[in-house]
Amino acid sequence: MNRRKIIEENIFRFLSGFATYSLIAVLAFIIVIIFVKGFNALSLDMITKTPSGGYYYGGEGGVLNAIVGSLYIAMGATLISIFIGMPAALYLNVHLIRKKRIQNTIRYFLDTLWGIPSIVYGAFGFILMLYLGMNASLIAGIITVALLITPIMVRTFDEVLSTIPKGLHEASLALGSTNAETAFKIMFKQGFSGFITAVLLAFGRGIGDAASVLFTAGYTDLIPINLDEPAATLPLAIFFQLGSPIPEVRERAFAAAAILTIIILIISLAARFISKRYSRTNIK
Amino acid sequence: MNSLNNDTMLQEDRDIETSIFEKNSILRISDLNVYAGKHHILKNINLEIPKNKITVLLGPSGCGKTTLLKCINKLTDLYKELAVTGHIFIEDEDILNTSKNIPSIRQKMGLLSQRPYPLPVSIYKNVAYGIKLKGIRDKKLIEYNAEKHLKEVGLWEEVKNRLNSPATSLSIGQQQRLCLARGLAVKPRIILADEPTSALDPISSKIIEDLFKQLKRHYTIIFVTHVLRQATRIADNVVFMDNGEIIEQGNPNELFKNPKSVKLKEYLVDGN
Repeated sequence: MNRRKIIEENIFRFLSGFATYSLIAVLAFIIVIIFVKGFNALSLDMITKTPSGGYYYGGEGGVLNAIVGSLYIAMGATLISIFIGMPAALYLNVHLIRKKRIQNTIRYFLDTLWGIPSIVYGAFGFILMLYLGMNASLIAGIITVALLITPIMVRTFDEVLSTIPKGLHEASLALGSTNAETAFKIMFKQGFSGFITAVLLAFGRGIGDAASVLFTAGYTDLIPINLDEPAATLPLAIFFQLGSPIPEVRERAFAAAAILTIIILIISLAARFISKRYSRTNIK
Repeated sequence: MNSLNNDTMLQEDRDIETSIFEKNSILRISDLNVYAGKHHILKNINLEIPKNKITVLLGPSGCGKTTLLKCINKLTDLYKELAVTGHIFIEDEDILNTSKNIPSIRQKMGLLSQRPYPLPVSIYKNVAYGIKLKGIRDKKLIEYNAEKHLKEVGLWEEVKNRLNSPATSLSIGQQQRLCLARGLAVKPRIILADEPTSALDPISSKIIEDLFKQLKRHYTIIFVTHVLRQATRIADNVVFMDNGEIIEQGNPNELFKNPKSVKLKEYLVDGN
């Protein structure tokens, strides 16, 4: 290798490495800030108690209401989006395999849905809620968040399914499998790690979004028991507390952010573990 | 219950064998044309495939051999750009112009592709999948048949202690035989092999070739290859194709000794 090539190689390695590690540094920086700022407020009370009277002025209590509300909403919405998104992605890749134009049109619409800001989903959910005569509630929040995350779920799973070798698809059909058997037994199994990634992304987006639940789920200091009761969420808990003039309350906002981050980290790790475990039989 | 199912299975086996030996040809293709847009890929194909023989489709790459194979098990349906006209009769049923459901037609033949595509499950489940497709649910019967088919392809001794390992942990040659076992589990009458040894080492290739020579007792085999020596080794009947047309066909000894067409003569010279 001549000298010029060596210099060129070193410069590009440095630039690529810098780009990669600076992303990781941002994550590390966010985590450090959240934990440092919220450290004093992090206590067992934060995750085991609901706000008592005067909590937002520095009184006793925690954000259990928002933790439970967020988990309920994100899990409910993810569940709905699995039931809609999984068959939709499989349908796109198995039944519509010959119909490239329809496939591409559907993908275009899904990408558009993905790009719509969550506040628009919030507004849409709110109008839908009024039309159906519902109040701000857990179920309204779940439905709105499901609308927000289903396109993410479908397109992520779809991207993985579309990389499955055509030979496997053909091998399944050649055996005499129906399209449904090919989709749910073969393609789903082969694309399972992508499915887990899709679920994780959808869940992460659902649990972290504030705008879609602002009008639809409402906010309450109580833990919701029924679907028609309002529910608090962590992003809104952070939002409300961060705007407080009282330093202790602002600290609690960072503590709530730390809890949200920990939930996402745990789910991310679990998803990686599951997808690794179940993709060991995958063909390469 | 088990013995009853066993009896039914054996009866089914006998039925298949009887029907195979009734006539001389199992598959007849007439006036088959395939177009991809303006390209005429297969031109007026007329062909009879003799039963319990190895018919080799021979020809240079891109001559339409694989497309012909895909027409036979209707995988051409997956390609929007392909327009297929004509008739393919399997046991007097025109599979190109029928309202019968496609999976049941495809189950009449097994397919081995250029590289093996085991299903993304364990070795055992690969074969069990084929058996279950035939509607068999009895666990004992599935086990019995899985062992039978793995023995049929000479894989049982190699895998019997690791049936639950992923199919991908096998060597490519073993994977190809697993795919064959999975195909046989569906109880096909015909085996379609699309250059099944092209990704394999010479030893694994020989195992597959020997296997086909044994399997022709029970199945009709259509074997696609562009390797002349392979055709000489295994063929009972050779169909030489070029540019989407059948140029010549017949017994390999006669065909290769006295080629009539210029194209085959050239191919023989280049191939040797």
